[in-house]
Amino acid sequence: MSTMTRPVTEPEARTSPDATPRTRPRGWTVLLWLVVAFLFVNLAALVLSVVVDSFGTRWFGTWLPESFTTHWYADAWHEFALSHVLLVTLEVALAVVVVSVLIGVPASYVLARRSFPGKRVLMLLFVLPILVPPITYGIPLATLLYRWHLAGSMTGVILANLVPAVPFVILTMTPFIEQIDPKIEAAARMCGAPTRVVFTRILTPLLVPGILAACILVLVRTVGMFELTFLTAGPSSTTLVVSLYNAVFAAGIRANQSVDAMATIYTASMMVLLIVALRFVNPTQLVTRVREEPTE
Amino acid sequence: MTAGVSSGTSPAGPSTSRFAELRLEGVGRRYGAQTALEDFSLSIKGSEFVALLGPSGCGKSTALNCLAGLLPLTTGSIHLDDRRIDTLPPERRGFGMVFQNYALFPHMTVRKNIAFGLQMQKVARAEVARRVDEAVALVQLGEHQHKMPGQLSGGQQQRVAIARAIALHPPVVLMDEPLSNLDAKLRLEMRMEIRRLHQDLGLTTVYVTHDQEEALSMADRLVVLREGVIQQVGTPQEVYEQPVNSYVAGFMGYRNLIDVDVTGGDAEHAVVEGGGLRLTGANRGVRSGAAVAAIRPEDLVIGETDGNGIEVTVRIAEYHGRELSVEATTEQGRSIYFRTPERVAPGDRVVLGVPRHRVLVFGDASAAREAVRAGLES
Amino acid sequence: MTVGLDRAAAPRRTLRHRLADRGIDRTLWLVLPATAFVLVLFVYPFIYGLELSFQPLEGGGAFANYKEFFSDPYLRDTIWKTMRLALPAAVFNVAASVPVAYAMRGRVRGKRTITTLLVIPITLGTVLTAQGLIMYAGPRGWLNRTLTGLHLIDQPVVLVHNYTGVFLSLVITGFPFAFLLTLSYLSGIDPALEKAAATLGAGSWQRFRKITLPLLAPGLAITFTLAFVLAFSVFPSAQMVGKPTGATRVISIAAYDAAFQKFDYSMGSTIAMIMAVIMLIVIALVMVWRATLYRGATGGKG
Ligand SMILES: Nc1ncnc2c1ncn2[C@@H]1O[C@H](COP(=O)(O)OP(=O)(O)OP(=O)(O)O)[C@@H](O)[C@H]1O
Ligand SMILES: [Mg+2]
Repeated sequence: MSTMTRPVTEPEARTSPDATPRTRPRGWTVLLWLVVAFLFVNLAALVLSVVVDSFGTRWFGTWLPESFTTHWYADAWHEFALSHVLLVTLEVALAVVVVSVLIGVPASYVLARRSFPGKRVLMLLFVLPILVPPITYGIPLATLLYRWHLAGSMTGVILANLVPAVPFVILTMTPFIEQIDPKIEAAARMCGAPTRVVFTRILTPLLVPGILAACILVLVRTVGMFELTFLTAGPSSTTLVVSLYNAVFAAGIRANQSVDAMATIYTASMMVLLIVALRFVNPTQLVTRVREEPTE
Repeated sequence: MTAGVSSGTSPAGPSTSRFAELRLEGVGRRYGAQTALEDFSLSIKGSEFVALLGPSGCGKSTALNCLAGLLPLTTGSIHLDDRRIDTLPPERRGFGMVFQNYALFPHMTVRKNIAFGLQMQKVARAEVARRVDEAVALVQLGEHQHKMPGQLSGGQQQRVAIARAIALHPPVVLMDEPLSNLDAKLRLEMRMEIRRLHQDLGLTTVYVTHDQEEALSMADRLVVLREGVIQQVGTPQEVYEQPVNSYVAGFMGYRNLIDVDVTGGDAEHAVVEGGGLRLTGANRGVRSGAAVAAIRPEDLVIGETDGNGIEVTVRIAEYHGRELSVEATTEQGRSIYFRTPERVAPGDRVVLGVPRHRVLVFGDASAAREAVRAGLES
Repeated sequence: MTVGLDRAAAPRRTLRHRLADRGIDRTLWLVLPATAFVLVLFVYPFIYGLELSFQPLEGGGAFANYKEFFSDPYLRDTIWKTMRLALPAAVFNVAASVPVAYAMRGRVRGKRTITTLLVIPITLGTVLTAQGLIMYAGPRGWLNRTLTGLHLIDQPVVLVHNYTGVFLSLVITGFPFAFLLTLSYLSGIDPALEKAAATLGAGSWQRFRKITLPLLAPGLAITFTLAFVLAFSVFPSAQMVGKPTGATRVISIAAYDAAFQKFDYSMGSTIAMIMAVIMLIVIALVMVWRATLYRGATGGKG
C-alpha cells in the first residue's frame, strides 16, 4: 500500500504548473480580498470602539475618550457579581459538556454501527432540536421547568442547555465513530473483551480527538447560548451572557462603560475558548462532520 | 466464564484438541431482503483445517462472522460438542480471529496488542509476559515487539494479528482472508507459517479465502460456497478432481467450458457434440440435451487422445518458464486454453487431445461461466 | 420493541433469530438514554406547548390564540418582519461566503490564519456586536466622523436602532458560520474535477459555474438552512440595535413578551408553535429543492 504512494508524486509534480493558475492571484480574487479586508477593518474598529470605551472615562463627540481608567472593570465585577456569574457559567458549561458526552457518545455509537427499524426517525428526532429555534421549545420547556420547580435553579439551566447539546454531540460524533474500523472492536471482542471494556480500553482512546472537539464546541455553544439560559435562569443561576443582557437593559441606571467592560470580558473568554478549540480542531473539518445531518 | 479456553496446554508440540466437534446446523443470515447465507450446515472436527472458498460476495465472511458471534444468526444454531454456543456473545465463545486488514489496536504496542486477550482473561501478570514472549517468538517478531502497529510492514502486522489470536490458545481460530493484502512472495511464506502453527499448536482453523490455490494447499477440507449456498464439501483432492457441478469445476480451474449437446453414451461416459467438436467424457449426471464439457488447460495435450481430438489455431502463447500457456481458437472461433511444454507459435495449427476421464460433462452451463469469471476477477 | 409474527418463517426460527433479522440486539440499549432525554426534554415540552397553545387564557375555543395572532396586525406582522430580516440575512451570508471560500480552496498562503480571522467574529456575541454597532456606527461613532470628515456625507447616516442595525448584526454573527460550512463543503470537492474541466477547455468562470457550483449546491442548501435558523431566531440584537416596538419587532420578541411579560404562557406557546411551523416549512422547501439536485459523490475526501 505505502509503496503505491511514491510513484504518484512524480506525475503530480508535473501537473502542478497546471494547478498554479488557481494560486496565482486573479483580478476578482484581489478585489475580493480588498473588500474582505475593508470589512474586516470596520469590524476591528467596531470591536475596538467597545474596548476603548470600556477603558475610557468620558467619551462624547470626540475621537478618543478624555482619559483612560480600569475602574469600569472593577465596577462591573462587583456590581454584577461577576466572580459568581463566571463560576456559575463554568459550572453549567462543564456539567453540560460532561452529561452530553456521557449520553451522546453511546447513542452515536449505535447510530454509527447499527441499522435497525426506526433509525431514520430517531435521526430526525436528534436533528430537530438543532434545526428549530431554541425559543420555540424553550418557552414550553421553561413553563414545564417552572411546574417541576426546576426553573431558576442550576439544574434547570443545565437541563435546558442539554437539549441542543446532546444532539450536537450525537451529530458530531456519529461520523467520527463511523470512520473507525469496526473490525478493531470485533478484534477486541474476539480477544474476550466485554462491551464495557471495548468502550473503555479500545474505543475511548481512539475517540479522544473527536470527543475533545465535541466537548469544546459544546462548551463554546453553551457559554454563548442566550435564549435557553435566559428563559430558565433565576438570580442565582445566571450565566455570563444572560447577566450581560440584563446589564444592557438596566443600562439606564448603570454606566454604558460597565456593559462594555462586561462584553469585553465575555468576548475575551470566548476568544480564548475558540483559540484553544482551533488548536484541536481543524476549523473546516469541524463542520464537515455535521454536514450530512439534515438529509436524514 | 470463557468458553473452552484452558491455559494449561503447551504451545510447543501437538496438543490434542479440546473438543470433538464444532457443528453448524442450518445457519442462515439475512440482510433485509437479501440472503447472504442460507442453510449452512457443517461439522468441523477438532484440529481440522477447513477452508471456506468462493468468489467475492458469496457469503464467506458472513459465515465466519456468524461462527465468531460477530453477526447474529437469522436461522439455525451452532454447537460445540453438546453445548449450544450461538446464543453466546463473541467474547464468551473464546475463539481467536485474524482479520483481513489485521484490525490491530492502533494505540497499543505490538506486545500490548498480543497481551490484550490474556488481560481480558485476568491471567496473572507474570504469566501474561511469559505467554506474550512465547507468541512473539512463535511468529518471529522479537525485534519489533515494542513498536506501534503503524510502524510495521504489512507482513509484520499480519504476524501480530496471528500472534494476538493464538496467544490465548483458543480452541478455534477463524481467519478471514488473512493473506490477501500481502504480496505474492510473502503470501507463500505466510501460508506455510499458518499451516505450521496450526499443526504445532493443534488448532482448529476455519480459513476464508477466494484463492483456490491457497485453499487447496492449506486445508484438510474445503467448503465451496456460491451465493450463500454450500456447493461442495470435501478434501482438496475430492474437490479438485471430482467437482460436483460445473460451478465448482469452473472455480477449480476448469477453464475450458464448452457448450455442447449430449448425443450418446451411457451412465459412465457421455458423447457430446457442439461447435464442430465431438468429445467423449466422464458423465456427471446428464442424460440428453444441453450440457457443458469442462476441461482443464493442463489436461490438454498435443495429439489426439482416447478418440478426443480438437483442431485449433494458436493465437497467443504466454511464456511461463517450463511451459507455455496458450490461447487458441477452433475453426468455429471458440477459444480453447491449454498448457504445453512444446514451443508453439501464433498461427500454428495443432490437434489437441484429452483423456476421457479428464473431460467432465455437466448439465448447467451458466453457473460454470460465472465461476470462471469470478475466479478470474479475484 | 414489538416484533410482528412472521408466519412464513420456518418453525425453527426463534424470537432471537427474528430480532437478529431486524438488526435488534443488546447494543441498542445504548441509544436509550439519549432517546429518553430528547423525548422528555424536547418532544414532551413541544407537545405540551402545542397543547397549551390550544388552551387560551381567556377562553374562546381551542383556536382562539391562533385566531388572535392572525387577526392582530401587531402580532401577525411579526412573521413578515422576521422574514424580511432572516431571509435576506441568510441569503447574504451564504452568497457572500461562496466567493470567499472559493478563493480560499486549495493551497493558499496563510489559509489557517485567514480562516481563524474570519471565524473569530463567532466569539463576539450579540451584546458586544450590538454595543459595537451603537458605538462605532452610531451618529457620533468613528464611522460617521470619518465619513463627515472626508466630506462624503453631510448628515450622519443612521445605521442603528433600525432595520439596518439588526441586519448588520445578523451578518456579523452569521457570516462566520456560513463561511465555515461552505468552506468545508468546498474542500470536499475533488480539485481534480476542475483540473479535468480545464483540460477540456473550460475557462475559470465556466469551471466555477458548470463544475463547482452544481457540486456545491446541495451543501449550500444545508448551509442556508442552518444560517436561516440562526437568523430566524434573532432576538437580542433585534432588541438592542433594532427598533423592538416597530420595524424589528420580530416574532421571538412577540413570543417572549407574551410568555414572560404578560405571563400568558398559552399565547407564548402559540407563537412558539407558529415559529416552529414556519421554520419547518422553510426547511422542507429547501430540502425539496435540494432533492432535485445532484447529490452523489463529489469525488473528494469527505
Ligand atoms: N451489512 C450488510 N448489509 C447488507 N448486505 C450485506 C452486508 N454485509 C454483507 N452483505 C451482503 O452479503 C453478501 C455476502 O457478503 P460477504 O461479506 O459474506 O461476502 P464475502 O464472501 O466475504 O466476499 P469478499 O470475498 O468480497 O469478502 C454480499 O452480497 C454482501 O453484499
Ligand atoms: Mg469477506
